[in-house]
Amino acid sequence: MTPPDGNGGEGLVGKRVTRPNVRRLIHGRGRYTDDISVPQMLHIAFVRSTYGHAKVKSIETSAAETAPGVVRVITGAQVAEICKPMLAIAQHRPGHKSAPQYALAVDHVCYQGEPVVAVVASSRAEAEDAADLVTVDYEELPVVMDIMEALDPVSTPIHPELGDNQCFEHTTKTGDAASALSAAKLTVEHKFEFGRHTAVTLEGRAILAHWDHVEERLTVHHSHQSPYQMQDVFSRHLDIPEHKVRVITPDIGGGFGLKINVHGEELAVAAIAKLIGKPVKFTADRLESFVADCQTRDHLCTAEMGIDENGKITSMNFENALSVGAYTAYIRFGLAEGMMAISCAAAPYALTDYHARTRVAYVNKGIVGMFRGVGVPIGCTVTEVLVDQAAAKAGIDPVEFRRTNYHKDEDYPLVSVGGYSAKSMSLHKCLDACVNIMDYEALRADQVARRERNIWRGIGVATFVEAAAFGPVYYGPSGARVSTQDGCTVKLEPSGVVRVMTSVTDQGQGTLTGIAQIVGDQLGVDIEDIDVLAGDSATTPYGGGAWASRGMAMGGEAALHAGKALKENILDLASSILQTSSSALTLEGGEIRDAVSGEARMDLAELAKVGYFRQDTLPAGTQPELMVTRHHVPDTPYYIANGVQGAQVEVDIDTGFIKLLGWWVADDCGRVVNPLMVDEQIRGGVIQGIGNTLYEHSQYDETGQLLNATLADYLLPMSGEMPDIKIAHVETPLTNTELGANGIGESGTIGAIAVLWCAVNDALRPLGAQVTKQPFTPEHILEVISAAKEKYETT
Amino acid sequence: MNIMSEETVKISLTVNGEPITSTVPVRRHLVDFLRLNLDLTGSHLACEHGVCGACTVRVDGAAVRGCLMLAVQADGANVETIEGLSDSGEVADLQAEFEVRNAAQCGYCTPGMIITSAELVAAGGLPNRETIRDHLSGNLCRCTGYQSIIDAVEETMNKRAGT
Ligand code: FES
Ligand code: FES
Repeated sequence: MTPPDGNGGEGLVGKRVTRPNVRRLIHGRGRYTDDISVPQMLHIAFVRSTYGHAKVKSIETSAAETAPGVVRVITGAQVAEICKPMLAIAQHRPGHKSAPQYALAVDHVCYQGEPVVAVVASSRAEAEDAADLVTVDYEELPVVMDIMEALDPVSTPIHPELGDNQCFEHTTKTGDAASALSAAKLTVEHKFEFGRHTAVTLEGRAILAHWDHVEERLTVHHSHQSPYQMQDVFSRHLDIPEHKVRVITPDIGGGFGLKINVHGEELAVAAIAKLIGKPVKFTADRLESFVADCQTRDHLCTAEMGIDENGKITSMNFENALSVGAYTAYIRFGLAEGMMAISCAAAPYALTDYHARTRVAYVNKGIVGMFRGVGVPIGCTVTEVLVDQAAAKAGIDPVEFRRTNYHKDEDYPLVSVGGYSAKSMSLHKCLDACVNIMDYEALRADQVARRERNIWRGIGVATFVEAAAFGPVYYGPSGARVSTQDGCTVKLEPSGVVRVMTSVTDQGQGTLTGIAQIVGDQLGVDIEDIDVLAGDSATTPYGGGAWASRGMAMGGEAALHAGKALKENILDLASSILQTSSSALTLEGGEIRDAVSGEARMDLAELAKVGYFRQDTLPAGTQPELMVTRHHVPDTPYYIANGVQGAQVEVDIDTGFIKLLGWWVADDCGRVVNPLMVDEQIRGGVIQGIGNTLYEHSQYDETGQLLNATLADYLLPMSGEMPDIKIAHVETPLTNTELGANGIGESGTIGAIAVLWCAVNDALRPLGAQVTKQPFTPEHILEVISAAKEKYETT
Repeated sequence: MNIMSEETVKISLTVNGEPITSTVPVRRHLVDFLRLNLDLTGSHLACEHGVCGACTVRVDGAAVRGCLMLAVQADGANVETIEGLSDSGEVADLQAEFEVRNAAQCGYCTPGMIITSAELVAAGGLPNRETIRDHLSGNLCRCTGYQSIIDAVEETMNKRAGT
């Protein structure tokens, strides 16, 4: 179905094609992991650490073992007998320290909620009942909760073998920031705290594992973004030959990066399936999701920016510290959080002197893994807040200030001070497009008029730059087995319809639809005649799955080349059948046509019939090849996507409440394969960014207990408070690939966080107040206003 | 610990127009009953706490949170789930508007969104966007950003009203 407001023109790419696979979800016929039941299936409930840090002295399971429905109670030590622990050490990052993490804790628990014992029973309810009967005797150990305390070498190490709690440190230097800052005409400086939060996929993590002890095969249905990665992990950790491990990822109820991580209890479920030889299922409930899902962010930053007498940014200094919980997340490390923050900072701007340092701490909190944005919202927000403060101090309008400080269009290719190399960026175009759709001048006039009536509105405009679609340069040398290539198989079926098998996975982004559009255009076949299969490590080409905003950029390019190659094969076969040269033929609208006259010679069904059933009519030796696979590996470390977001807010200075009045996005994600899907990725991303900035916070107390582990206590954006979002596309196709598509999955979130900081600060600026802590609770707003008042009164 | 937890009760009710008699554990909530006893997996669970709306089903004509109601409380009731509402065609126009706008991404919230929206749609009239947003404000969606869902409901109501 193509809605009438789609782009005109030939072909499917660029049109607002709807998803053929969404209808069953809307009709309640989705098939998520927990919906799948198999004969003899058992259920698992975990006993989890009640302490933030403790030694496990003994475990008493006998009462649980005899409880109704219980089949087995399995401890961490028993799992460890057949399952190697996870150890994530980034080989390309000297100094990175990491301790082994067991699927289930053996004798040491490092965060509240860490899984310790598994109870296997005929129903989840019975497994939970029996889990209550397991007694774990703990010896409580001191916790380290604060990032700066953990980075202090005298803090007691969580993992004694590591010596201290510093996981990693890295410094980036370009030019001489210290001298440039002291020579600057003006400087601005600010402190930032980004609260820890979590992904909250609506569907909890879920896994159903089945061990066939006769064939010694493991089959896993897994709510995960990468079946290939998990095939590799299960194979290596459980010592099963890789071809005997099959991971299927059915419908997924939200991923957002959370479901690319490896979680201990999921590895344990596969191990338990092997131990007991029966299918076992585990679905995380909401409480378990809050305590044991990989979490995100949790940074402390201070930064300073210098400006010369012409209003040009010259320099920036950026100190970043973050916590990654008790372990380095497997298999991708928690280092990208800090590394991305310091490398993306300042990327839009033509400054020359930059110094940045990130330090990563182990604390007794949940593990920090991948989540939409990975560090980029931090670098981007820190930069944009300083840019606004610098513009204000210099008395220049923030939009104008950005325009004069962006890299010039003629300066590409370039490397930013933080080390981002960009072939091109469309900063000026995106800024113009955003300012235009938001009617910036009118908003400013409205702001001035309302301030006189004690109404405090703020306008934010923020630039974001994102390294998307990571290539082999980063993960290759790290030693992590992360596939940065993706593949696509295109098969002509005997009736002339097409099956596509791709290594990218789709959690609702619409990637599979985009792939169908791309293949459809290559073969001249309609969307209804194409079916795309994904999410099965045994039957699809090997690849990465879904991560780092790469589905279209990588998977789309592989699909384009596979479609193209199949087209060539089709025309070759047609030339044999029709006794003409393949260059005299074209493939359009599902028909083989004469290239010159356009006359239809045969349709795809006729060709496929000959190719599959009537080879006897072909010249001897003809080998029809109606299935083709192609892979794509990016030729650069990443592709740079960019854009600008605008926001209008109203801050109630008596209550501290923030109202969102308007939201605008100008985004450049290269070739837009499907504007409907791109718009919805942006909108969903923006709302997540708003949630992160205004509401979401995983709050631990000083003893390591998570205080808000229910949806009633952990606030999320709901429809009532969220704005409509207006979008403008700036389309600069990448020149690295034939398709030209860049990443889109994370940009909405990244830009939204930065622009909300800018907008709220813009509202508060005349009061001399600026926010320093995310989420912006009403208390925090009132606190910064009253602190500013006090400062004003005492000076 | 009380091992009486698996005490069961026999209940009779109508589910999607079909009479059902079943023996259920007294502690089993309605959505677990639909999912585990009847294999109706279209109703989802995301908090089991009454907050997210993923479990919304229709009981005796009203949209309710199936995680907050025990199966035994549905004895004698008329229960409709997303499967039944889809197959009857009652919400086909609303579903088509969801589809055309990609108002479902992962689709996990969608059955609840459809059933909650259907209540507003059935009430008729032409509510403004704020009213639609308020009506849906107890249904969490983590993917879409809500706008397309609001658009879909608004357009369905416009079309039904003939405007
Ligand atoms: S599962 Fe019932 S409201 Fe969330
Ligand atoms: S579509 Fe995923 S939660 Fe709504």
